[in-house]
Amino acid sequence: MSDFSLNRRSVLSGAVLLLASTALPTIGWAQEPQKGGRLTVAADSEPRNLNPAIVASNGVFFISSKIVEPLAEADYEGKDGLSPRLAVSWEGSEDGKSVTFKLREGVTWHDGKPFTSADVAFSALQIWKPLQNLGRVVFKDLEAVETPDEHTAVFKFAKPTPFQLIRNALPALTSVVPKHIYENGKIEENQANTAPIGTGPFKFAEHKAGQYYRLEKNTAYWGKSKPNLDEIVYQVLPDRSAAANALEAEEIQLAAFSAVPLADLDRISKVPGLKVVTKGYEGLTYQLVVEINHRRKELADVKVRQAIAHAINKEFVVKTIFLGYAETASGPVPKNDKQFYSADVPNYAFDIAKANALLDEAGYKPGADGKRFKLKLLPAPYFNETKQFGDYLRQALAAIGIDAELVNNDSAAHIKAVYTDHAFDLAVGPPVFRGDPAISTTILAQSGIPDGVPFSNQGGYKNADIDAIIAKAAETLDASARTDLYKEFQKKVVEDLPFINVADWTFISVASDKVGNIADNPRWAVSNWSDTWLAK
Amino acid sequence: MSRAFLLLRRRLAGSIFVLLIVIVGTFLLLEAAPGDAVDAYVVSTGGDAGLVEAMRQSWGLDQSAATRLASYLWALLHLDLGQSVAFSRPIRDVILERLPVTLILMGASTALSFGLGSALGIYAGARPGSLRDRFLSTASLALYAVPGFWLALVLVIAFAVDLRWFPISGFETIASGKAGFAHAADIAHHLVLPVTSLGVIYLALYLRMMRAGMAEVWRLDFVRAARARGLSRRRIVLAHVARNALLPLVTMLGLQSAQMLGGSVVIESIFSVPGLGRLAQEAVALRDTPLLLGIILVSAVLVILINLLVDIAYAFLDPRVGASEAGA
Repeated sequence: MSDFSLNRRSVLSGAVLLLASTALPTIGWAQEPQKGGRLTVAADSEPRNLNPAIVASNGVFFISSKIVEPLAEADYEGKDGLSPRLAVSWEGSEDGKSVTFKLREGVTWHDGKPFTSADVAFSALQIWKPLQNLGRVVFKDLEAVETPDEHTAVFKFAKPTPFQLIRNALPALTSVVPKHIYENGKIEENQANTAPIGTGPFKFAEHKAGQYYRLEKNTAYWGKSKPNLDEIVYQVLPDRSAAANALEAEEIQLAAFSAVPLADLDRISKVPGLKVVTKGYEGLTYQLVVEINHRRKELADVKVRQAIAHAINKEFVVKTIFLGYAETASGPVPKNDKQFYSADVPNYAFDIAKANALLDEAGYKPGADGKRFKLKLLPAPYFNETKQFGDYLRQALAAIGIDAELVNNDSAAHIKAVYTDHAFDLAVGPPVFRGDPAISTTILAQSGIPDGVPFSNQGGYKNADIDAIIAKAAETLDASARTDLYKEFQKKVVEDLPFINVADWTFISVASDKVGNIADNPRWAVSNWSDTWLAK
Repeated sequence: MSRAFLLLRRRLAGSIFVLLIVIVGTFLLLEAAPGDAVDAYVVSTGGDAGLVEAMRQSWGLDQSAATRLASYLWALLHLDLGQSVAFSRPIRDVILERLPVTLILMGASTALSFGLGSALGIYAGARPGSLRDRFLSTASLALYAVPGFWLALVLVIAFAVDLRWFPISGFETIASGKAGFAHAADIAHHLVLPVTSLGVIYLALYLRMMRAGMAEVWRLDFVRAARARGLSRRRIVLAHVARNALLPLVTMLGLQSAQMLGGSVVIESIFSVPGLGRLAQEAVALRDTPLLLGIILVSAVLVILINLLVDIAYAFLDPRVGASEAGA
């Protein structure tokens, strides 16, 4: 808890952050890393496809990031927040139409074949651009990848593409898979999608459906004397109380991605030999957002949206629902983002009187029963916290005379209701901020997105100014000019409220004291764990 | 044995009709549930319109419900259960992998509840109204009132977290390399807690049924006659009273096997045992219609088979059963 708040506060000033992150207590193990051992980790789901080049999602990365590596990984201290992996350097051209990657030499695939620029070209053109859930957006203008030699790959774009965006996309979007495995047959049906082959510190060993995944040490890994661990086992534990029990019984040594529910953290943190770690997820920030259907005439009025923003007590949400393990949000970019966050946005303080006044002003006077109008509220079921916030929001709306009816669906039904059928007035969603607003944030406000696209603006919102900023930023090459545009974007979004950001949260790990070098980068849970070790 | 054969023939004809109703009914239910397999899939990935469209096409979800049902039934006629969209593997393989686990779990807990339950029932029913009868009756009532999942969680905390006698979860030790007897012992060790949680509640049921049945039989004239003939008490209890009280228990066994297939969803999740119950739950959450149909089909066949066995056992235990048909 203490390092958490220290970390959060430090985020506000970039200079302090560097100092603070190196001085944080939980990661700075004075002990010498030990070799060998099996790390057993809790897993709550079994992805049908383990190929991170096709499916860039945290559930897939959690397992496959140890096997398949990206060109670069997020880093607390590295230049532009990156540290090299399969690429050792990257450089964008003046005109924004090409990016040159120098690739690491002496790297081999798990089957012994050498890793070359042909693999990068194949992954980029045949997988990231046409097949990957996020790559289809970021690499849409990628035209060709030239390979002047075995260790140079030059990405050529049809239209100028901001180098800043490509850079920010490197950790999540650029997992490289072997060309010689994928070049024959349909990529989506390749066997390696369920038994991946990569260059990473661990090799895929076996998957017993419903039971576990087992990864083995890659003895030919390019990182000298890495990895430290012999094996990583992901034990599938579907029950919500199972991870905490298994940690207590020392059957597993780590539960990441908040597998231990927030409500159990207080108890589990007192168990000797276990530690609660809040770092290592800064690059995977989830945002608690109220999605709004602007087709409803009441909600099309900005005064009503502002009234709703004033009715939400963000501090209460953070304290009661997230038990303090979150940060209040001021806008569409989380406060922990160093590049883009802007505090220069309107503030909607918790103020019931003001909310009521705004609603009166908008012409929605309370009826005889004290109610102004009725709404349908659909909280996303993916997280406990989104469901609980749904309950809270219903009460908060009741306090300003809006009668919200809660509609609870399971995941598939929720996705269909909100993003395809638009059968909602308000919804609670958890979009992810992925290090650059262009990856998965601007689509929450952008107009003209076809029906059925999940986690996008399906509320019928249209604002020409915001659309213009998004379009301009997409072709602005200068990093600081582009950043300024996104600061402007944040201001406009918070002014007009196409959606309301309530809180930003990252996940929590609970680990045995025997596990060393955890949480040492901002995407730790989905990074390669080559330096993680286990005390005997 | 001809009675058993007649039963078999009649049952098989009825079963096919039952299976067809089950399949169409399940299909329509899942069809009525909002959202499809692609909606369930994009929850964890997101994706733009083109990707979503392409996925729907490659999974065959762009076709009408009638077309999909027809092609499913057509494939089924050729004994093909189809391809699971949630696991991207043939459904036959997915189910065959899980089926033995469920059968072991179910078989062991049924054996526990039926065996121990009826034995204790005989013990209690041998002297209705005695102190041991009262104690066992009360204890079994208390046990029967306990929800299975709660018992499971309590067992985990007591015997796995605190005492560490048994593993918390799983079906076997991960990559232990054990084979033969050691492997079987390892699985047995893992299954002690789930089998106990699953079996104990039905144990109470069997105990009470046996005891109640015996209490009634004691009052019948033939028991008095047996006594008058000077048979030993032990023989009267086992060969006459208990045997006559056994029939309802056998009926219950058939009914319970069906319930256990469903009841194990919760236990399988708590103990992370990779059985059919958990698979069915995943199939619903992921809207994998063909997989769920496959599971239900296999479960339905299992239930029909078990009931058939029960009927045959019935015919064996009670000469009156099936006698009318034998004459027809």
